[in-house]
Amino acid sequence: MNEPSQTDLTGREINRSCSIPLLALFGGAALWLVVGSVLGLLASIKFHAPGFLADCPLLTYGRLQPAADDALLYGFCLPTGLGVVLWLLARLGQTPLRGAVVPIVAANLWHLGVLVGLIAIFIGDSTGFTWLEFPRGGSVAIFFAYLLLALWATMIFAGRRDRALYPSHWFLVASLLWFPWIYSTANLLLVAWPVRGVVQAIIGWWFANNLTLVWTGLMGLGVIFYFLPKLSGRPLESHYLALFAFWTFILFGTWCGIPSGAPVPAWLPAISTVAAACLIVPLIILVILGWRTVGFIQPECLAGGPYAFVRLGLGFFRLSLLLLIILACPHLGRVLNFTWFGPAETQLRLYGFFAMTMFGAIYYVLPRAVGIEFPFPKLLRVHFWLSLIGIVLLVVPLAIGGVVQGLKLQNPDIAFGLSTQAVLPFLRVSTLGLTAILLGNLLFFVNIMGLTLLWKFDLAKKFIAFVKSPLEPGSASASLRRDREVRA
Amino acid sequence: MKNGFLVFLASLIALGGSWCGFVLLPVLQLGGQKQTTVLNASELYPVGRPGMANQGLQVYRANGCAACHTEQVQQNGVDCDVVLTAAGKDPVAVSNLISSLKLNGLNKDAADAAVDKIKAAGGTAEIHIFATGPDIARGWGLRRSVAEDFLYDDPVQLGSVRIGPDLAGVGSHLPDANWQLVHLYAPRSEVKDSAMPPFRYLFRVQKMGNEPSPDALVFPKGSEPPAGYEVVPTAEAQQLAAYLLSLHADVPLYDAPFSQSVAAKP
Repeated sequence: MNEPSQTDLTGREINRSCSIPLLALFGGAALWLVVGSVLGLLASIKFHAPGFLADCPLLTYGRLQPAADDALLYGFCLPTGLGVVLWLLARLGQTPLRGAVVPIVAANLWHLGVLVGLIAIFIGDSTGFTWLEFPRGGSVAIFFAYLLLALWATMIFAGRRDRALYPSHWFLVASLLWFPWIYSTANLLLVAWPVRGVVQAIIGWWFANNLTLVWTGLMGLGVIFYFLPKLSGRPLESHYLALFAFWTFILFGTWCGIPSGAPVPAWLPAISTVAAACLIVPLIILVILGWRTVGFIQPECLAGGPYAFVRLGLGFFRLSLLLLIILACPHLGRVLNFTWFGPAETQLRLYGFFAMTMFGAIYYVLPRAVGIEFPFPKLLRVHFWLSLIGIVLLVVPLAIGGVVQGLKLQNPDIAFGLSTQAVLPFLRVSTLGLTAILLGNLLFFVNIMGLTLLWKFDLAKKFIAFVKSPLEPGSASASLRRDREVRA
Repeated sequence: MKNGFLVFLASLIALGGSWCGFVLLPVLQLGGQKQTTVLNASELYPVGRPGMANQGLQVYRANGCAACHTEQVQQNGVDCDVVLTAAGKDPVAVSNLISSLKLNGLNKDAADAAVDKIKAAGGTAEIHIFATGPDIARGWGLRRSVAEDFLYDDPVQLGSVRIGPDLAGVGSHLPDANWQLVHLYAPRSEVKDSAMPPFRYLFRVQKMGNEPSPDALVFPKGSEPPAGYEVVPTAEAQQLAAYLLSLHADVPLYDAPFSQSVAAKP
């Protein structure tokens, strides 16, 4: 009775079926994550000395900052999200991933697209729209790569053996659909056949909000709703509450994003303000769900394993929703509009929530998929603490600095220059945060690359062993040779 | 919810709704937007930017200027001033009335009431409207930015963070091309403690010939290049400066009115 049971065998088979696509997606993502943090750090240093690297047109602030943001979002967030989705859908549906060559090709196409896009930003070919900077070459590549990956994920989903849907399913399947729709709309109407005038800005805001709030929210929450119960050993408290969170989040979240005071017809920002205020509903549900499923902070939250990452991700998502709602309040929004408060909120969502959740998921998934442990498991804890400290040191000063800046901007008796001067100390603290984040990301990179190398060694070893192995009478190569000998 | 198709349908409804609202409707409402007439005048607005300024918009985009600068003046509301235009037959009564009335910084209803009172006393008065708010007080513009201002821009570069000042009306309040170029080359020579990086790569430093080049920059005292050298803008710098000078959203429109005469207000 020592033989593994049937479910264990399929579990192993499912894990292995995803291994190479996941290595391709996560390996490139880890590289882009480090590239993005280095670029972000360089951009931040410019606030210590505006003359820093000023004579290099490639590295002017207006190119560095978007490149850093895009490397984080397109280089890291999207491919890791897609990778985790492939594994999760296979795992939840008890179906192995078939035709792995397509996701592998798509992963490489994706990373190529990001490379092309980033180079385009550096040489001044950016489209000029926030979060949509990649011009045609890069955007076409990542669009088709996404389509292929989403198609494969959908096929796994459609072929699931366990027909029942788990809450994660709703979030993940919706996020698969979201990106192709918004990305094609934005690229067609802003880049390929641009619409006239300020409609460009409206579509730009709609796209940016649907990508950085709704897509990341759906993907991240889908992953959290799987890992939170799984890693804590406590079942998700209520599927109905999760369903309610899903509905209210996509219903209200998708209408946010147009800032009040924008030079557009007044009904547009008015709708966005109402929608952002309504996001208080999914926020409250998420607080209740989290509390009833896993309670408040437990010691394992600080241990730095996958659970700690995912748990912290959920916490930061709720916090970022709160900041988003504050930013949309009519009176507070007027003060905070155009200040560092907005970037603080975006960084909290992308890095604090999404990247942290993905770190947790990858630290759990990748060793199981490949069948090899991380070479430096102790670094997980260091990475966790560096990231946590880094995010706090990045977001808190930017948010406070944003309030200070906003109050000074609202008082016309204070010269404009003083509002920028007043933020500089906060920006300099945030440089420390970015440094800590970069160090943490390097540890992540080292572990992912280390695991990839171990896998390659393992593969090479197996191959050599296969070549050297003496011919056994029953083996495939032996029978092949026997055939040849017979024919000769 | 057991059915995958339902999830698909739910997302379709939610995203489709916002697509109709924030993509389709704005395209229908504004996509065919045309020039409008300036308030109380017959001129059309906006007129397209000159060719060089349009090229400058591409320099602005390529260098990511919008990462630090917005182009959207905000406005809190409007204030009205009541201005006496004729004292009528009984100047003493009107002047007594005026000294008892508040005439500046009124809202529209109070201004109408004051005009009615002056009319009843036999004088005539008109109402001057001006925009209020910190951006207006800083001199960044005379009114809020509106959709018409960006009709001919592609891409529209509204920006979202004010690390540097708003530029929607920079061509009106800093109309000197040489100032703009010197500021691009060495920001701190014009603005003390500026956080803007110097864009020296848009300029050439060259040995001066017998006479300075016609387009060489004229620096303020204390920040000139070494003797015998001059700084000449490249085509890109000139285009960018032309774009900046073309930024003035300062004509009154039906949806963002103000009185022309206010411009002369101290």
